[in-house]
Amino acid sequence: MTAALKLTKLKKDFPVGKSLFGPPRAVVHAVQPVTLEVAKGETLGIVGESGCGKSTLARMLVGLLPATKGTIEIEGAALDNADPAAFGKKIQYVFQDPISSLNPRKTIRQIMDAPLKHLHGMAAPERRKRIAEIFAAVNLREEFLDRYPHEFSGGQAQRIGIARALAAEARILILDEPVSALDVSVQAQVLNLLADLKAEFGLTYLFITHDLAVVEAVSDRIAVLYFGALVELGPAERIFSAPRHPYTKLLAESAPVVGRDLKAPEGRETELPDPLNPPPGCSFAARCPFASDQCRAEVPELIDQGDGVSVACFHPLEA
Amino acid sequence: MMAFLKLLARNQLALAGLIVMGLVVLLAVLTPILPLADPDVTNTPARFTPPFSEGALLGTDHLGRDLLSRLMWGTRLSLAVGFAAAFIAATIGAAIGIISGYYGGRTDNIIMRFVDVLMAFPYILLALAIVAALGPGLMNALIAVAAVNIPFFARNIRGITVGIAHKEFVDAARLAGLSDAKIILTEILPNVLPVIVIAMSTTVGWMILETAGLSFLGLGSQPPQADLGSMLGEARSALITNPHTSLVPGVMILIIVMAINLLGDGVRDALDPRLKSGALSRPLPATLVARDRQPGETADGTALLQLSQLETQFHIGPRIYRAVGGVDLQIQPGECLGLIGESGSGKSVTALSIMGLVASPPGKITGGSVYYRGEELVGAPYELLRSLRGRKVAYIFQDPLASLHPLYTVGDQLIEAVRVHRNVPKAEARAHAIELLKSVRIPNAEDRVDNYPHEMSGGMRQRVGIAMALANDPDVIIADEPTTALDVTVQAQILTLLDDLRRDRGVVILFITHDFGVVAQLCDRVAVMYAGRIVEQGTTDEILASPAHPYTRRLMACVPELGGGRRRLEAIPGLPPVVDKLPAGCAFADRCDKVRAACREGNITLDEIGATRRVRCIAPEIEEVPA
Repeated sequence: MTAALKLTKLKKDFPVGKSLFGPPRAVVHAVQPVTLEVAKGETLGIVGESGCGKSTLARMLVGLLPATKGTIEIEGAALDNADPAAFGKKIQYVFQDPISSLNPRKTIRQIMDAPLKHLHGMAAPERRKRIAEIFAAVNLREEFLDRYPHEFSGGQAQRIGIARALAAEARILILDEPVSALDVSVQAQVLNLLADLKAEFGLTYLFITHDLAVVEAVSDRIAVLYFGALVELGPAERIFSAPRHPYTKLLAESAPVVGRDLKAPEGRETELPDPLNPPPGCSFAARCPFASDQCRAEVPELIDQGDGVSVACFHPLEA
Repeated sequence: MMAFLKLLARNQLALAGLIVMGLVVLLAVLTPILPLADPDVTNTPARFTPPFSEGALLGTDHLGRDLLSRLMWGTRLSLAVGFAAAFIAATIGAAIGIISGYYGGRTDNIIMRFVDVLMAFPYILLALAIVAALGPGLMNALIAVAAVNIPFFARNIRGITVGIAHKEFVDAARLAGLSDAKIILTEILPNVLPVIVIAMSTTVGWMILETAGLSFLGLGSQPPQADLGSMLGEARSALITNPHTSLVPGVMILIIVMAINLLGDGVRDALDPRLKSGALSRPLPATLVARDRQPGETADGTALLQLSQLETQFHIGPRIYRAVGGVDLQIQPGECLGLIGESGSGKSVTALSIMGLVASPPGKITGGSVYYRGEELVGAPYELLRSLRGRKVAYIFQDPLASLHPLYTVGDQLIEAVRVHRNVPKAEARAHAIELLKSVRIPNAEDRVDNYPHEMSGGMRQRVGIAMALANDPDVIIADEPTTALDVTVQAQILTLLDDLRRDRGVVILFITHDFGVVAQLCDRVAVMYAGRIVEQGTTDEILASPAHPYTRRLMACVPELGGGRRRLEAIPGLPPVVDKLPAGCAFADRCDKVRAACREGNITLDEIGATRRVRCIAPEIEEVPA
């Protein structure tokens, strides 16, 4: 079976201080070479802190950013967004900020019409029927269609965003922090809706978030990103309860959990490395209690530990 | 549209401009059917007739032509040329700006450098050069004026487009299969159109002036055709002997340009969305107090901070938003109280009301009291509030980047915070600032003190925010979602820091959050807010172990907890009520699965169900807390 998504050594650099002529002054390595496969029907969670490159990765997958190096295969074919109409039917994106992802000067109907018209070339009566079907699937009332985005709450707007992604009939959805702008009571509604839609339409999700509890609740497998690099990849139920990478362990211990005493799991002064001047070896070495000279000199590769967990670490923790 | 006119009419000068402009345009339109003399027929014997003479209301010019008629026809022409030039400049300039801003990168760079070169020439020089190349004539003057103004529009619109082109809805359109041209026309253009209209309304006057300038120099309209500029130019030689010939067109130019500029300013303000919400009016230094009933119970002797039946409302137009509807809280010395609720539940407004920091207008404290060490703060003189703010009661806000001034170093801001309340020399204040940064565990405090906020990471900025709050050794710190914008590893660091401060310095913390995990780790007691009221209150352990209010129970259930594995979450259906249309009875009734008729009637009180527990529910999940 071909994978829904296959990334091979995908890499993104951003030049800094670009001038009209001549080379840039410096380069930020937003995403280090990432190799990853997402199976059909799977939910892969991608978790990491701000600045770890998770959104950059997601935007490359939907062709909103060109990759610097490496390849992306969608359902067995290389990513090709030369024809936006053909590409949009394969993969869609749900944005973090539900309100700003809807054009404030268009009605919901106009917003919903766009993918149906441009991707599927449907005529007006057909579109009306299809929109009604989609709105029923995401529990939205049809009378919303003639209103403007600012009239909706965050949760409703996010449903509209999801409805728009569904209208494209893509089988792969990239969900970029789809619930982090929502209140907790609404967050649960949207997460459950996403789960229902996945079962109903057989979708594949790439779920990006910084919230460990959310990602654990929705994912089959989870990939942990740190400083643009994939540091650990494993089954969702194991990754935070039995972390193999010291950073995953730090994340799991930092999450506020009812019933656990408050203690800072690491030194209080630590900061992320400078992206313009990254350390030569493992980017986590400066924060890592197990760092050795090897860690500070070489970049560890992501290695399969033989039990479905892959870790990029010279000294992985015992499972 | 009516709302827009109403907003415009609020600015009386703009309204006057609109009326004058309307009259001028009306007259210009009606000119061909008005009984006027032919403007181009010369009558040399009757030259320089003074105004108000028989047959020539405004007199005649050096060739004996009727000035009134020439003025009307001239105004008509000048207006037409001005508007046409503005329209052409706006269309071409906006097109250049949108293309440049949308594509960005090299396209943008090349277009904008070219525009920069155009802008480097003085306006009139450039216009003269264009007319010189094309030859004199009204049409060429129009082209010159339009061309000269294109850079202005291009720059303005490019700036706006750059902001819009990176919005998520543009990405969404791209993924919906729209081509670049379609995105520009259907996504970008509708959003920049208001800016184009505003830029046009503020520049039409300028264009009329420029066209008049060219005509004045003899490069615009050619005799005998009259426009305002050429009328002035022809009258120049008789300026001293017959001033009325220059006064007539001069006054008209003044009237038109004034009216257009006043109107343009008014249009700009009326279209500014901030004006509608009243944000442009400066808030008062302390929240207005309008208590229609006497304060409730008096201060409890032991509480350091006590809120009693506090009510804060926002009056916006005919709507009254009851953001805080009677909140009671006591915080004892050394305690950390968590205030938990979803957005819009009134938790932040409660916190801001304590020190009278709710923006007024539209905010208003309409009832209740706040006592700090037994002293009433609601309605207290501003001087008292000011002396307490920051010195005894300090705030930490959610977004440290927004609460720190971007143009001052963090050291300067800390020094200012210290010196506002204590008269110490600058060097001493600086030493204290470094001490403060060390106390919040900022590495290399001596160097970091001279950093600007943007040079620090989010976690470091929030430490500065905390250092700022600690600057004057306050008794109470009100922390409004201080870790929501931070990553989990940084959040753990900040929470530990706050916990240490509280243990080492005995600071009282009112901690506002929506996260039960954070509350569990930091707070002694918790109050849960829903729709502006406290629905449950008690010690953290009690509430987390056995929530009494259905809302608390369900809110806790719908938050996924780490280690729970893959599962379906228990969502709460529906949305919280809007606080300007609160239902009678329990505000949670519509979303509650245990709702009964009595829930929708009367006022449901916050009842004690144990020594430390209170719940606002007629059918709580637990009847009584065992002693």
